[in-house]
Amino acid sequence: MKTYTKNSLQNIRTEESITVPRKTRFQESWELLKKNKLAFLGLLIFVLFFFTAVAGLILTSGSKPYLDPSTIRLQEKLRPPLSNPNLKTLRPEETPKLGIYLFGTDDLGRDVFARMLQGAWVSLTVGFVAVGIAVLIGIFLGGIAGYFGQNHICLHHILITLILFTGVVLLSIGNMYLSVIFLIPGIVCILYYLLLKKRSVKKAQSIWLQMLHKKAISVDTLIMRVVDIMLCFPSFFLILTVVALLPASIYNIMIVIGLTSWMGTTRFVRAEFLSLREQDFVTAVKALGISNLRIIFRHMVPNAIAPVLVSATIGIATAILTEAGLSFLGFGVPPPYATWGNILSDGKRFIFDAPWLTFVPGFAILIVVLSFNLFGEGLRDALNPKLRERY
Amino acid sequence: MLSFIGRSIIQKIITIFFVSVVSFLIIHLAPGKPSQVDPLNPKFTPEMVERFRKEFHLDKPLYTQYLLFYRDLFTGKTVSWKDNQSVLKKIWERFLNSLPLFIVGTILTWTLSFPIGIRSALFRGGFYDRSATFFSYLLISIPGFFFAYILIIFVVTHFHVPVIGMETFGLGAASLPHLVMDRIWHLLIPSVLGATGGIAVLSRYVRSQMLEVEGQDYVRTAKAKGLPPEVVHYKHALRNALLPFVTMFGLILPGLIGGSVIIESIFSWPGMGRMAYEAILARDYPIILTVNFLSAVLVLAGTFVSDVLYMVVDPRIRL
Repeated sequence: MKTYTKNSLQNIRTEESITVPRKTRFQESWELLKKNKLAFLGLLIFVLFFFTAVAGLILTSGSKPYLDPSTIRLQEKLRPPLSNPNLKTLRPEETPKLGIYLFGTDDLGRDVFARMLQGAWVSLTVGFVAVGIAVLIGIFLGGIAGYFGQNHICLHHILITLILFTGVVLLSIGNMYLSVIFLIPGIVCILYYLLLKKRSVKKAQSIWLQMLHKKAISVDTLIMRVVDIMLCFPSFFLILTVVALLPASIYNIMIVIGLTSWMGTTRFVRAEFLSLREQDFVTAVKALGISNLRIIFRHMVPNAIAPVLVSATIGIATAILTEAGLSFLGFGVPPPYATWGNILSDGKRFIFDAPWLTFVPGFAILIVVLSFNLFGEGLRDALNPKLRERY
Repeated sequence: MLSFIGRSIIQKIITIFFVSVVSFLIIHLAPGKPSQVDPLNPKFTPEMVERFRKEFHLDKPLYTQYLLFYRDLFTGKTVSWKDNQSVLKKIWERFLNSLPLFIVGTILTWTLSFPIGIRSALFRGGFYDRSATFFSYLLISIPGFFFAYILIIFVVTHFHVPVIGMETFGLGAASLPHLVMDRIWHLLIPSVLGATGGIAVLSRYVRSQMLEVEGQDYVRTAKAKGLPPEVVHYKHALRNALLPFVTMFGLILPGLIGGSVIIESIFSWPGMGRMAYEAILARDYPIILTVNFLSAVLVLAGTFVSDVLYMVVDPRIRL
């Protein structure tokens, strides 16, 4: 009797383990992605590009780089790809380390291969940092709008913010005395309200206080209006304006691209949060008395991350294209650095004599951006629950 | 309906106000002064700079400058800092140059992407669909300036026609057909370039819309009734799939003023985009701000038009 039940239990268990394969969500998505050949190719190229960029950074930076992108050999200018250097005319430290100009040389005799390697790292960092900034802002604002969206901003919040803001502005101008007059009451007010909230005293309020505590606008509306305002700007024109006005530097470009492309992520995250907030597991977690921050970052963000990842992948492609466009117009990364955009832009004057100066960086940008786009689209399919197999 | 229109107009006016404030602040708080554009120019004496600042209210506090600028803009009196010409007149001239590019580009986009998208939806998963998908990603990913050079090389070496600029210089006495052909050649390549991204995106969108509608029950009913496939696809499915595209007519409005900075500067096309680029280089703030303001107005007008159109064509939507 005893053995029988044990056996049957075992049977049930084995049957269950057959019918319910324990695959994580990641494994499932991975298998879906592998089936999509174009997307998988995109991922491969992306990994390859990543290692190329890192190798490029190691090989071309430092005081004595292995492949020097800035060695000028005027006697060797505009050599076509795969041509051998004329060793007699070169000093020993000027000879290309590979023994051959893999991608030819440009109008100053610099090795295009070394410059491309250096540019790969620039493209990679611009793409990742810009999108990183955009995604962080997007998750932050979208999370607030989705989770705390129903809370209202009251008049006294606005007033205190204004007072503090005026104080900070005065401080930055250098007007110590006036700024203190604004800052101290502002901080006192904040402390007062924090104390009030902690004690949660309900007192009869005077009519003036009631006026002050009138609800002005909900947090959700506020953030979404800010998104609308940002969407009104023509993005490339705005980026161009700001980059042209600021001093030329690679960090400015990353930051500006990041600061002008967070609106999509904000909308995605907000929409996901609005639907997630109503779901049972969030109610359960709330009932356990877990803090809001932990609910957001531990329980909601992982569930909302899929569309963000997809838009981030495609965003990297767009950022690389934008950076190349800026470099092409002459507002990109300043000259000692090579980027794919400014190699192409320098090469355009020799388009009929030295077409490789246009085609090598052009195809490099095309392939990398294409791989990001294909991978992003494949990821969208792989993470789409509708396409996942049901067991 | 009326209340929706009223509400959204008020909302859009508030938005446009903030856009004007933000763009003004971005331009004026950025480091560097417009009076320092050319510090090495010996004619730019301190007295000149002072006169320049006074003339264009740069010595006033920021909020006064803001009010003065937008007062001038609405009364049409804004002048460019570079050549003292009326900004609106300058923009209008350049706008007329950009208009043919925009029109040809839009026509190309809308006439090409529908057949491509519909065909790849009907033959889903086939060779045509897969190659169309791949090519649309290719077109999205290719940097515009690189594609422009490929096209220039191709056209110049195979057809031996000049393509840079709006027309060939010094062609005054040529015959009329020659002149027309010259104009068309110059117009064609920049508009094709302007349309590539649009074709790629729009044809993907047409495809997904068409696929969604083809999966609906009424299409299956139409097929089950034994209707010929053309009637099913083009009468029952396509008409319903077209709904969202009506709204996209509103969204092409901003393209009117955006112009493509990169394409226009490659082809030395004296259009809006290039004017904006030159204004940025010269720190000609009135032009930058006016272009920015006008394009924000067009974006908002576009979304407004598309909302209203959507309500008109889709009876399910009641706002």
